Amino acid sequence: MLEIRNLHVTVDDKPILRGLDLAVKAGEVHAIMGPNGSGKSTLAHVLAGREGYVVTAGEILYRGRNLLELAPEERAREGVFLAFQYPVEIPGVANIYLLKAAVNAARKHRGEPELDAMDFLALVKAKLRLMEMDESLLYRAVNEGFSGGEKKRNEILQMAVLEPRLAILDETDSGLDIDALQVVAAGVNAMRSPERAMILVTHYQRLLDHVRPDRVHVLAHGRIALSGGPELALELEQRGYGWVEAKAAKAAEGAAGVPS
Amino acid sequence: MTTGAREHYLGQFAAHRAQLPGASLPGLQRGRDAAIERFAELGLPTTRHEDWKYTNVSALERRLFATFTDVAPDGAAEREVARHALDGMHRLVFVDGRHVPGLSRIASLPPGARVGSLAQLVATQSDIAEVLLAVESEPDANGFAALNTAFWSDGAYIDLAPGVVVDEPIHLLFLATRADLASFPRNVVRAATGSAATVVEQYAGVDDAVYLTNAVTRITAGEGARIAHTKLQQESGRSFHVADIRAAQAADSRLVSQSFAFGGQLARNDIATRFDAEGCDAKLVGLYVGSGRQHHDHHTCIDHARPRGTSRELYKGVLDDASRAVFNGRVIVRPDAQRTDAQQSNRNLLLSDSAEVDTKPQLEIWADDVKCAHGATVGQLDADQLHYLRARGLDAATARGLLIHAFAADVLRDITHPGLHARLATLLPGQLPEDMGKLRCELLPTS
Repeated sequence: MLEIRNLHVTVDDKPILRGLDLAVKAGEVHAIMGPNGSGKSTLAHVLAGREGYVVTAGEILYRGRNLLELAPEERAREGVFLAFQYPVEIPGVANIYLLKAAVNAARKHRGEPELDAMDFLALVKAKLRLMEMDESLLYRAVNEGFSGGEKKRNEILQMAVLEPRLAILDETDSGLDIDALQVVAAGVNAMRSPERAMILVTHYQRLLDHVRPDRVHVLAHGRIALSGGPELALELEQRGYGWVEAKAAKAAEGAAGVPS
Repeated sequence: MTTGAREHYLGQFAAHRAQLPGASLPGLQRGRDAAIERFAELGLPTTRHEDWKYTNVSALERRLFATFTDVAPDGAAEREVARHALDGMHRLVFVDGRHVPGLSRIASLPPGARVGSLAQLVATQSDIAEVLLAVESEPDANGFAALNTAFWSDGAYIDLAPGVVVDEPIHLLFLATRADLASFPRNVVRAATGSAATVVEQYAGVDDAVYLTNAVTRITAGEGARIAHTKLQQESGRSFHVADIRAAQAADSRLVSQSFAFGGQLARNDIATRFDAEGCDAKLVGLYVGSGRQHHDHHTCIDHARPRGTSRELYKGVLDDASRAVFNGRVIVRPDAQRTDAQQSNRNLLLSDSAEVDTKPQLEIWADDVKCAHGATVGQLDADQLHYLRARGLDAATARGLLIHAFAADVLRDITHPGLHARLATLLPGQLPEDMGKLRCELLPTS
């Protein structure tokens, strides 16, 4: 599904990702963990095509295609979905309008007919129940005046409605109380399928109590410093990130001067 | 040397004075004569005048317009009326400055409500006409207003007796069908104690004709009266439009003024209200949309002359290409006007590097127990919002259009009449720079 090779990314000329490799297969859920500033969110933004993130080396293949040559909207229509760490408020644009425009943009891209109002509403209502969200949220402006938890749930609602092939959740668990976390986790688990890959970017273990990943990766100094099974998350919870970082720093020192 | 505006319009006045409404009424003629003298003194404003610093009307010194036509309106006017008519409203149509009864439609009005052509009123009931023309007729502030007072050819009068409420809005439709002509509409609204009405004042022009509209509207709202005034300016892209709307409010009256400025190559609106007694309320809302080399200017003034007045003002602008806009929001709080509550906001969206806006809040506060707030912003589309929409699959143009529309449609919130709201909601996407033809306005939040 996704193959990242030797990815180097700079932001404002500052190197953030420094040779990241990652392969995610359909049906898998990968957790990307790491301390603040390790490049987790940068990875998420690069995958979604955010401007200002400059890829200086490496490649990203999505279903065998060069993802980097696609505009953000093309990625979305091809099935890449990013649940934003900070969902953006858009006054004056109703939530339901965005959902409908998003669904139909993807359908049109696939050569399918646009959903009519009735079918669309039925689809959305089913997903709303899954996310335990009130229907009235549909008619409010996108994220405007939403609480932190509502915004995150709204991201997962969008994911549920859009049914992406590759979902990247950027710190979706941060700022959630335990009830909201469970709702979000239930939404994510409901979305697990053999055709879908998911990347959970998270700082803490706690989302992984509810969503069991297939693989856990630790990002430090712009590359994957350590990978393992779900038990790695528990170890990190107990030992912290310090020991991984120290190891990564040592490795980076060794690699210094070597052209990437 | 070529003739400037002053010589030209003085000549026009001398030539056509006898053909203007009320030529046989000495009182009215004296008023016109005084006005043309005032124009002779003032001339057209120049950028040396503080109020016209950013709006250069020197083109009107070179481009001179006829002030009189006796050609009857043709089929084009009828087609335009069909295009702009609003269901469920009284309608008065003026073509090139003159009332056309055949295109107008005044359904049954409640007793005590009188609505019609001012020129006709002058001809039939000159005493009432002279009283109405005296409404808010202090000396004209500039050459344009003076020209209107001298040349006004027709316009609407709306005269409401105490307690009379006109439910259906009154749609005043001013159509320009001829190039090279100046028209001088004059409208008067006199709303007695406790009366209420909604007035839609719309200007539309055909094709790319070059003409001048120089309009004056005077409103007086009696105690507790409620007047909603919606100005809709869709003049031809090459026309000049200058308008002066002024209101005076008695105790506990409420004025809602909306100004939608879409057309014209140069358009100037002066919109002012004065609180003459306690407890007045005014809400001023506006939207200007510019593209090409259009120039939009709004000068508003809210004069809190008496205590306990409330004013709310929101003006928004969307400017593309090399268009330019001016917003000058003057708020006066007189020494007497304690417990005034005034808020003003002007927000501008610039879509091109060459677009420009001059925004100036002008607060003159002489009382101490007041709440006054103002803010002005000039910005571009939000990159985070654009990216978010694109990350959900919307192409860049749609995302831009959606954000521009959301920004602009905000000003439609206060339009309470469903028919008018629907018309403006339908009209708006076509006025905005991005092609929003497919936008589904009904999905946008309205509260």
